[in-house]
Amino acid sequence: MTAYLIRRILTSLVVVIGVSIFVFLLLHLIYPSPAQDILGPKATQASVNSWNRQHGFDRPWILQYLSYMNRLIHGNLGYSYKANQSVAALFQERVARSAYLSGISLVLAVVIAVPLGVYQAVRRNSVGDTVVTSLAFVTYAMPVFFLALILIQVFALSFPIFNFEASQSLSIWHVMADWHSMTLPIATLTLISVAGFSRYMRSTSIDTLAQDYIKAARAKGLPERLVLSRHLLRNASLPMVTLIGLSIPFLLSGNLITESVFNYPGLGLLFLQSLNNVDYNALLAYTLAGAMLTVVGNFVADIALTVADPRIRLA
Amino acid sequence: MANIAPSLSPLDITRAPEGGAVGSIQSGWRLGIREFAQNKLAVVGIGILLFYILFCFAGPLVYHGNTASTDIINSNLPPETGHPLGTTDLGFDELGLLMRGGQAALEVGFAAAFIGIFIGMLWGAVAGLAGGIVDSAMMRVVDVFLSIPFLFIVLIVAVRYGASVLGLSLIIGAFTWLVPARLVRGEVLTLRTRDFVAAARTAGSGRGRLIGRHLLPNAFGVILVNVTFNVADAILAVAALGFLGFGLHYPTQDWGDMLAGGTTYMQDGYWWLIYPVGASIVLVVMACNLIGDALRDSLDVRLRRR
Repeated sequence: MTAYLIRRILTSLVVVIGVSIFVFLLLHLIYPSPAQDILGPKATQASVNSWNRQHGFDRPWILQYLSYMNRLIHGNLGYSYKANQSVAALFQERVARSAYLSGISLVLAVVIAVPLGVYQAVRRNSVGDTVVTSLAFVTYAMPVFFLALILIQVFALSFPIFNFEASQSLSIWHVMADWHSMTLPIATLTLISVAGFSRYMRSTSIDTLAQDYIKAARAKGLPERLVLSRHLLRNASLPMVTLIGLSIPFLLSGNLITESVFNYPGLGLLFLQSLNNVDYNALLAYTLAGAMLTVVGNFVADIALTVADPRIRLA
Repeated sequence: MANIAPSLSPLDITRAPEGGAVGSIQSGWRLGIREFAQNKLAVVGIGILLFYILFCFAGPLVYHGNTASTDIINSNLPPETGHPLGTTDLGFDELGLLMRGGQAALEVGFAAAFIGIFIGMLWGAVAGLAGGIVDSAMMRVVDVFLSIPFLFIVLIVAVRYGASVLGLSLIIGAFTWLVPARLVRGEVLTLRTRDFVAAARTAGSGRGRLIGRHLLPNAFGVILVNVTFNVADAILAVAALGFLGFGLHYPTQDWGDMLAGGTTYMQDGYWWLIYPVGASIVLVVMACNLIGDALRDSLDVRLRRR
């Protein structure tokens, strides 16, 4: 286990370093220097050059990368020349809001999809299964923003139960308490994830149902309820752990689009604003943060799986 | 087979067939195609996709809607004669726009899928055949790319280079080759130990010939299935970029772009600006997924029912 852990940490580190090099280089190639944006379109070449020299943008990219990483390791995410404050401060205002939206949606999606998938597998090819499978299939093909628009149309305009805009409150506690405004964004992100998760849960449950230990449990006279909860649910949920780890990039993308549709001032909306006004450091920091979260998520999922399932021998 | 075998003595089995109907041995491909055609959902998927290809590329030849010049007098008209799907806030004909937007979506979807599959195919085959440290290094590169949230990186590049159909296809293709690469590598890893590969090696095939003539054709099922899923993903990506305002530039419009325009008038109840476009995206993506699922069922020998 220890050897496996160490190897797994090392590969994760290699991936993290690879990601940072790639993202940094890509952004560097697209936007070599923010000088022109800061000094304005009428700045002379000489003043651009001197600004670059002053702020170290004239050095080779590898040196710029190293000093960026050095600052990053010390907790400095760089300075947003557009918002005129540090990127860390920008993120701090918003990170709780995005974490709340994505976190609660992910939890809800798992809580809904797992029993749903088990139900579909047990009642395979029944009317209920067919209806859920079809709905999941349609939702799976649906762009996040179109689903959001349909929900807004039905639950905010035709039947004005909820608000069509997410909470604008600055306090995360107000946001959490504001069900009137937060239900639709959370429902959007949850439903999109449920579509993928329940499809997967259904097929792993069907595979598990065919296993001998299910037959053995039934043969020894265990009540069906216990067969399902003890033997089926536990075993069929294991692959879900990996899937949840792998779904983080999709969750972040969904979060970005949901924040944009519902005008929810989180990190996703900040990313879009940063794209519009070429806020180099904010883009770099959020993309890196998303990638780190993915690597860490996959790592945690792998470890959780080996802990939860002793059959997995660590080769 | 299993239930008749016990009634035959070993001698009977070696007996030659006594004329009559001799079942021909069908190739895997024939079987696959037959199974695919029997899958009703797959046929529906093909039908939807063909309909949209016709609608988007042949439609504008028959139906001439105004999609080019601003016409304020006829803006925001509900569906009526002359404008079967109404008009936008600039007086453009919604049905005409739907055809034009579909062209862009399908062109980018297919082009990006083929670019992604092409890169992924080569990357996976080379990595799988090389093995060892080259393989590990190449797969770590795949891990790196997979860790970066797709939409983020595509948005960053698309702001600068995504204004045209070709540019957008290249960008989306450049970040969707990862899953095919992994799958093709997995196929190649099992194929390369097979006798026919050893035979080809003995006959003096070089690496390029091994990949091109022996490994890739045998991994074709995996590749084909992935093309359809990649088309679906690419169409969703184009729509998302367009919706967020970072897609194709005017005068090329795409479906996501149109939907974003329609949201402005949601509270006014201009449904024709939203639902036809949204339904089109869902239908085309769903059709691709249906075809992909059916292809996987019919080409993947391990899943085959017969």
